[in-house]
Amino acid sequence: MKKFIAAALALALAPALSPGLAVGQELTGTLKKIKDTGSITIGHRESSVPFSYLDDKQQPIGFAMDICLKIVDAIKAELKMDKLDIKYNPVTSATRIPLLANGTIDLECGSTTNNLDRQKQVSYTNTHFLTATRLVTKKASNIKSIDDLKGKTIVSTAGTTNIKQMNELNTAKGLGMTILSGKDHAESFLMVETDRALAFAMDDILLASLAAGAKDPSAFEISKDAFSAPEPYGIMIPKDDAAFKAVADKATAAIYKAEGPALFKKWFQSPIAPKNLNLNFELSPQLAKMFSSPQSTADPAAY
Amino acid sequence: MNYNWNWGIYWQQSPEGTGTYAMLLLSGLQWTIITALCAWVIALAIGSTVGVMRTLPSKWANRFAGAWIELFRNIPILVQLFLWFFVLPELLPKTMGTALKQLPNAPFYIAVVGLGFATSARVAVQVAAGVKSLPRGQTMAGYALGLSTAQTYQHVLLPMAFRIVLPPLTSEFLNLIKNTSVALTIGLLELTFRARTMQEYSFQVFEAFTAATVLYLILNVLVVFGARALERSVAVPGYMGGGK
Amino acid sequence: MDIIISFLGFFVSLIVGILQFLIPNFDGDVVNRSWQYLFFEGMRFTLLLTLLATVLGIALGTVIALMRLSGIAPLVWFATGYTTLFRSLPLVLVIFWFYFLLPYIGAWAWGMDRPMTVGAFNSALVTFTLFEAAYFAEIMRAGIQSIPKGQAAAGHALGLNYRQVMTTIVLPQAFRNMLPVLLTQTIVLFQDTSLVYVLALTDFLGAASKVAQRDGRLVEMYLFAAVIYFIVSFSLSLLVKRLQDRVAIIR
Repeated sequence: MKKFIAAALALALAPALSPGLAVGQELTGTLKKIKDTGSITIGHRESSVPFSYLDDKQQPIGFAMDICLKIVDAIKAELKMDKLDIKYNPVTSATRIPLLANGTIDLECGSTTNNLDRQKQVSYTNTHFLTATRLVTKKASNIKSIDDLKGKTIVSTAGTTNIKQMNELNTAKGLGMTILSGKDHAESFLMVETDRALAFAMDDILLASLAAGAKDPSAFEISKDAFSAPEPYGIMIPKDDAAFKAVADKATAAIYKAEGPALFKKWFQSPIAPKNLNLNFELSPQLAKMFSSPQSTADPAAY
Repeated sequence: MNYNWNWGIYWQQSPEGTGTYAMLLLSGLQWTIITALCAWVIALAIGSTVGVMRTLPSKWANRFAGAWIELFRNIPILVQLFLWFFVLPELLPKTMGTALKQLPNAPFYIAVVGLGFATSARVAVQVAAGVKSLPRGQTMAGYALGLSTAQTYQHVLLPMAFRIVLPPLTSEFLNLIKNTSVALTIGLLELTFRARTMQEYSFQVFEAFTAATVLYLILNVLVVFGARALERSVAVPGYMGGGK
Repeated sequence: MDIIISFLGFFVSLIVGILQFLIPNFDGDVVNRSWQYLFFEGMRFTLLLTLLATVLGIALGTVIALMRLSGIAPLVWFATGYTTLFRSLPLVLVIFWFYFLLPYIGAWAWGMDRPMTVGAFNSALVTFTLFEAAYFAEIMRAGIQSIPKGQAAAGHALGLNYRQVMTTIVLPQAFRNMLPVLLTQTIVLFQDTSLVYVLALTDFLGAASKVAQRDGRLVEMYLFAAVIYFIVSFSLSLLVKRLQDRVAIIR
């Protein structure tokens, strides 16, 4: 309630209080909102390790979070603001797009696949990762291929491209699988851990991180087969806001070229919170190319 | 307002490949109705028993019924469903627990049991209130005629008590229908969940939730009318505003 | 403040001890490590939401009840439509409605070109206030109607206008009569706040759930949450029963 009144007051008084802008620059859209309210709201995930997740103190950290914070610095410099208040809003796969579309968050920093369907609702800045859909299963259940799951129960997370793909695969191949829907990745993985589902379909990097952080990592295996074409992850930004996208694109291109591999090493090849595990993920040639020539297209062939 | 209206979305195919979005929502409605009806059967059966126990002369029955009612009334329904769904299988022996977890349609059975027990407490309160509202003379007359306690309840008290509490019981049934939506958290594919699914796939927030709202309102109206017809048909002439 | 913490801590250890005795393999440690987060983040959110929604809900509910009893056709229709609508819909559905659409509604109402930033807590507050107002309206309506017409007539005879009669004679009595029912509805509200789980908000249940999923301890956290909810609701309902007895004597 108080925040609402404060925001309303800030909006009303902003014209009187905001310092003069650079000559000839009329701010619109999200940049205007950030300048007027003096704050930016970042949407983050709670269990998308290592992109965006909560550490032991319930603070959001991660690879995508680092990139986002640098975007925020770029915005601060661009708008010539002394202080920019950063607010954090947790999102799930199911809520990230509606919350970006309705203005609750200004940036979504997580593990969101960039595709054309979603570009009808939101926009993306330069891609920060490439991934594909795989399955994680318990070694004990001996699942070797998707056909082993005929008539069985699998799980995926609500609102993801993966659950959509699994549904389509289920119908196309007539597998008769029961597809459960988890609220977030931790819950979905827990379903496999507690034998409620035989497999969890998700992007391979997220599966690797969840399995590494489990109570008994050696009990799990990730399928060799991929069930989708390689998909790019992008940080989501509001649709139809060219000025904001320009700032974000410029900032991310600069970060990737200068520090891309170093940031990658920090999150994928070193011990990370909260259990100090090292994912030991390889920097593939595709990922290296993605850092050196940043782009924000949804077309997998471009990578 | 940059929202992309699309009222034709209902006739588009859902990505789940099982039909249009309209069919998705209707399948959700189907689950809602079936879950509510099955849970209501359990709630009535257990609730009436516990309600009667609450009014019996026996102190033990009273205390047990009182404890039952307090237990299920003071824990939120969502928490109760979680206990049934997540905690119960872990407390059972390993084989039973795993079988329960991998049961096809497990959310349905758990939702029916969970909602049934939760609502039984409220039904019990209503039934007890109905029995207690009858004049003490009714019970005494029953005993005077040589009827046992069980027979007095069966032939004298309960028929009138149920007629008296038909309106509050209808309210409880409507509450039960609404509470089926809470079961979406354990994966029951009911109407609100389907509306949410539709919103997630198509991004048409307004359209999805409007359809669900309209369907719930229609269901509500149907139940209210049905209940009124039932009240009229079982009303005892000359008693409490019933019949002519 | 420290006294509260140590008292709560002692209380929690007691509950953990009992649960550990009753349930085999109960890992009480996870509760001992996380109860501060559960209470000071989760329970704080729950209680704040309950309190604010109750106060605002009763205020709005009273207004709607008055509209319903006013006899002015458009007001009666609005009030009847409002209460019927919100009492026919599941709370979960209403929560989703407001969470996604409040920013659009706000932007439309305030004539903004971009959706308004509302935030999760504010959205939940608006949802619960508007939803519970429908129930409070029915309670207040019953309360107002239970006041003998002679009271209002006497007020008018003394030369008081409608507003004065309502605020000084009818509403205070109605409120006092319905206090036990209003408080019972508040207890229901307290339990209903657990439904913000569907928005992944950190109320008491949400906090317990987050710890449960992060540490893989569903049994421990959900049992603990159930026990706490039971204790709070049961204690409050005992207080309401006490209050009901005292009010009955006064009348």
